[in-house]
Amino acid sequence: MLIRTQQDGFIHPLSSEITQPEVYANRRQLLRQWSAGAAAMGMASWAQRDAFAQGGAAAAKLAALPATQSGVQGAMNVEKLTPYKDATTYNNFYEFGTEKSYPAQQAHTLKTTPWSIEVEGLVKKPTRFNLEDVMKWGAMQERIYRLRCVEGWSMVIPWIGYSLSDLIKRVEPLPSAKYVEFITQADPQTMPGLRGGYLDWPYIEGLRMDEAMHPLSLLTFGMYGEVLPKQNGAPVRLVVPWKYGFKSGKSLVKIRFVEKQPLVSWAKAAPQEYGFYSNVNPTVDHPRWSQANERRLGEGGLLDKKRKTLMFNGYEAQVSSLYAGMDLVKNF
Amino acid sequence: MLREHLRKPVAKLGLVLLALMPFAWLCSGIFLDRLGSNPAEYLIRSTGDWTLRFLCITLLVTPLRVIFNLPELLRFRRNLGVITFFYVLMHALCYSVFDMGLEWDEIALDIAKRPFIAVGFAGAVLLSVLAATSFNAAIKMLGAVRWRKLHRMVYGIALLAILHFFWMRSGKKNFTEVLIYAGILGVLLGWRVWHAAKLRRQSVP
Repeated sequence: MLIRTQQDGFIHPLSSEITQPEVYANRRQLLRQWSAGAAAMGMASWAQRDAFAQGGAAAAKLAALPATQSGVQGAMNVEKLTPYKDATTYNNFYEFGTEKSYPAQQAHTLKTTPWSIEVEGLVKKPTRFNLEDVMKWGAMQERIYRLRCVEGWSMVIPWIGYSLSDLIKRVEPLPSAKYVEFITQADPQTMPGLRGGYLDWPYIEGLRMDEAMHPLSLLTFGMYGEVLPKQNGAPVRLVVPWKYGFKSGKSLVKIRFVEKQPLVSWAKAAPQEYGFYSNVNPTVDHPRWSQANERRLGEGGLLDKKRKTLMFNGYEAQVSSLYAGMDLVKNF
Repeated sequence: MLREHLRKPVAKLGLVLLALMPFAWLCSGIFLDRLGSNPAEYLIRSTGDWTLRFLCITLLVTPLRVIFNLPELLRFRRNLGVITFFYVLMHALCYSVFDMGLEWDEIALDIAKRPFIAVGFAGAVLLSVLAATSFNAAIKMLGAVRWRKLHRMVYGIALLAILHFFWMRSGKKNFTEVLIYAGILGVLLGWRVWHAAKLRRQSVP
């Protein structure tokens, strides 16, 4: 009998998305490599990086960030990782300009040490924390998430971090806190994109408290076995895999607990195009393009058909209960 | 000297080859993996950019011809127009293949649903009418006066092209490039209005 689990966070709709036979045949080896990676924790070795970033061709440029495989439901999908090169050269990080290639070229100016996160608003004791301390508040886990950009492309990235809920529990929000606001770095000295006037800086994102507490919401410090590259939001960012990518703010400097739904950056700039929730939803079009399909970057040829976008980016089993009874067309 | 060179038959060939260089560059980019992580998006965007650029270059012929008194330039105008059409055709093809997977009903739905696609589509269709009448026999068939009237449609096409580009960028408020092209086309069309007014003044006795 087939026992259905939700462990892989994925309901496979197409035969082409089922694990390839050769990968399946090598599953024991894959597991061995993962466990070898876990065993080698603390060693910044090539072997370890390879083990963590299966198929993603680790960069071996930045400091290794040891982690164990996550047990959170939905956190380990079996899809092919996006090549590291694509994940680090094709970025939306408007603080460094609007072209996808600009962050990789320009983000080297970002100063990530020292770094602190200010926790403020409706919490027991508003405090500024050093990044080194925050990094110790949860066990580092590797999680392979799909990333779906609102523009219609997607990637599969092995992130490293811990559930945002670990931080939230630690800072003890007051019962009146209903939303969490994430404020990101805005330094005109190092971020040339701030002069562009595309958005009101700093870039602000937000989640409802239950969304923020969901185990899949990841406070992220690394990817592909290493600390985050600057163009990907070093030294700490958010990753909310069932929402469009822009909901996952980069280079976080402040986390604020509030009572009312915050006015987030894109919803403020273009309210008819971007809503507060911005859950991945193939049935709700962007005004200028369909969201029914997506192009997975770094795989396949130019003429390959796009793949179908999945409800909640394929995390429906894990997160749909958060939105029970809600009109997702109205609350887009 | 310049006039003589411009009159040579090889000048036309040279222009066409030069104008196809961006296309060759893009094609080679596909095979040399030079188009970045999202080559499909790159090709759609670049073919659109080159359509706008050649539209500007085509519309530059007449002002240059008049200002520098170079009637020789006129013989390149139709070539440039056809090249503009070639790039818009590539743009439409890239969109249809890469974005739409050649699903015609999806394409039709997209045109009906989204104003910025509809405007771009209308511009391309109108330009195809001009391209289809860009040979000598067509001028003879229509008569020079009617032909010229028909081909004034290019001004409307330029406005559709800018509107298409503006709407495409409106969600992200990234209007720098839109303003550059709008500025160039504005000067080129504005010059025509000014020049026509001047001619009218002069013809009044």
